[in-house]
Amino acid sequence: MNKKRLFIGIATIFLMIMAISVQAKSKELMMATTTSTDNTGLLDYLIPHFEKETGISLKWTSTGTGKALKLGQNCDVDVLLVHAPPAEKIFIANGYGKERREVMYNDFVIIGPENDPADIKGKNISEALKMIKSKKVVFISRGDDSGTNKKEKLLWKNAGISQPDKEKWYVQTGQGMLASISVAEQRDGYTMTDRGTYIKYQSQKGGNATLKVLVEGDSILLNQYSVLTLDPKNCPNAKYDLALKFSGWMASPNAQNLIKDFRLIGKKLFIPNAK
Amino acid sequence: MDFIVAGFIKAIELLISGDYSTWTAVLATLKVSTISMLLSVGAGLPCGFLIGYFDFKGKKHLRTILDTLLALPTVFIGLAVYAFISRQGPLGELGLLFTLTGIAIGQTILAFPIVTAITASIVENIDQDLKLTLVSLGAGKRNIIATCLWEVRYGILTAAVTAYGRVLTEVGISMMVGGNIKYHTRTITTAIALETNKGMFADGIALGVVLITIAFIVNLSLSFLRKQ
Repeated sequence: MNKKRLFIGIATIFLMIMAISVQAKSKELMMATTTSTDNTGLLDYLIPHFEKETGISLKWTSTGTGKALKLGQNCDVDVLLVHAPPAEKIFIANGYGKERREVMYNDFVIIGPENDPADIKGKNISEALKMIKSKKVVFISRGDDSGTNKKEKLLWKNAGISQPDKEKWYVQTGQGMLASISVAEQRDGYTMTDRGTYIKYQSQKGGNATLKVLVEGDSILLNQYSVLTLDPKNCPNAKYDLALKFSGWMASPNAQNLIKDFRLIGKKLFIPNAK
Repeated sequence: MDFIVAGFIKAIELLISGDYSTWTAVLATLKVSTISMLLSVGAGLPCGFLIGYFDFKGKKHLRTILDTLLALPTVFIGLAVYAFISRQGPLGELGLLFTLTGIAIGQTILAFPIVTAITASIVENIDQDLKLTLVSLGAGKRNIIATCLWEVRYGILTAAVTAYGRVLTEVGISMMVGGNIKYHTRTITTAIALETNKGMFADGIALGVVLITIAFIVNLSLSFLRKQ
C-alpha cells in the first residue's frame, strides 16, 4: 500500500515534467522596450494586431531605455522600441544599431501636488527646476538611466544646475515610471513623467489623482519613440529580417491608426508620427 | 484599506474566470519550480548523502561552506546566471536568457545547497544501531545504504518540500534572468512585483493569494503521502 502511493506520487511528478513542452518557434521576435509603452497597456493593445497580420510572435521585456540599449548591444534581443534620441544616435554610430525609425511621440510633463509648494505652476521648465531646488521640495527621479531619466538630467543641465545627486530632497527610485509616480504621490513630491504614463495613472485613480500637471508645453519636453534594428554585423544571431518587418509595420498606416486610436479615459496617450 | 478586501475578491474572480494572464503565470511558476526542485533533489540528494554518511577529512569545513551557501542571495545568483547566459557570456550561444530554462538554472543553484544540507543532516542522524544491526545480520554495503535511504525517505521529502517552497517564492532570479515577459516568463512573483510597481495593489494581493494557495496544496498533498 505504502509503495503504491509513493509510486503514484512519483508517476504524477513525471507526468508533470512530460507536460512541460519546449517552445521553439522560429518566427519569434524578442524586443526590449521602455516601461512607458508596457505600463500604459499600449503593447498589449497593439501587438496582437501585429502577430495576426504578420504571423510573427513578439515577446517583450520592459526596462529603462539605458538597459534596453545595453541588451541590444549584447545581442540579447532582436529589436528595440525606445525613447532617447541622442543615446539612440550614438548607439547607431557605435555600430550596434542599423535603422532608426521614429514611430510616435508624446511629451514630458512635471507633475506634483495640487497645492504646489514650490510654486512652479505655469513656469517654464528651467525656472520650475530652480524653484524646486531653492525651496528644497521633494523631487522624485527615476535614477535608472531610462529615457525619462536621461531627459531629466538634460533638463537640470539646461537650467544651469548640476544634477542634485546627493541632495536630501532629490529621491532616486531606480524603478519604472508608474512606480515612481506612486512614490511622488506618497511623498507629496514632484516628478517628471511622459504624458502617456500620467494618463494611465489618472485612469487607475478613477478621477482621484492627487498629482496634477504643473509644467508642460516646452519644445524641449517632446518625447520621441523610435524602433531600432540591430546591426547584423554586431549581432549575426539577431533576427534582423523580422525586426525590419516589425519596424515597417509600426510605421504602416494601419499601425499608426491603431496608435492614434489608443485612449484611456478619453485621452490620447501617443501621437503617431512615422514618416 | 479597500484595496485589501478588493484583492481577496479579485483573487477568487481571477481563478474562477480562468483569466489567461493569471493562468499562464501560474503555469510558468509551476513548470519552472518543479523542474528546479527535481534537478536540485537529483544533484543534492547524492551529495548530501555522501557528506552525511561518510566521515572524511575536512567534513566540518565543507559543512560550513554548505551552510554559507544557504544564504546565497537570489539577486546575486540572478546576476551570475545572467552574466553567463547573456549572448556576450560564455554560454551565450545557447540563447537561454529570457527563457524558463534560464530561470530553472538559477533556481537549481538556489535550491541545491538546501537539499544537500538537509539531506546531510538527516543522514548524519540515522541511528548508529541500525547500521550495526544490519552488519550483524550480514547485510552487504549496498544493502545497508539502500536501507538507510529508505529509513530517511520522509526527511528527503522534507528537503524537497523546503526546496520547492524556496524556488516557488523567489523573485530575484525570475526577474533578472526571465525578464518578466508576459505569457512566457512572467511568474506569479514577478507579476506581483509588476502590479505593485504599477500601483495595482488589489491585483498584487490577488496573485499573492494564488501563490499561497499553490504552496498550501503542495504541502497538503505531500503530508497526505507521508501519512500513507
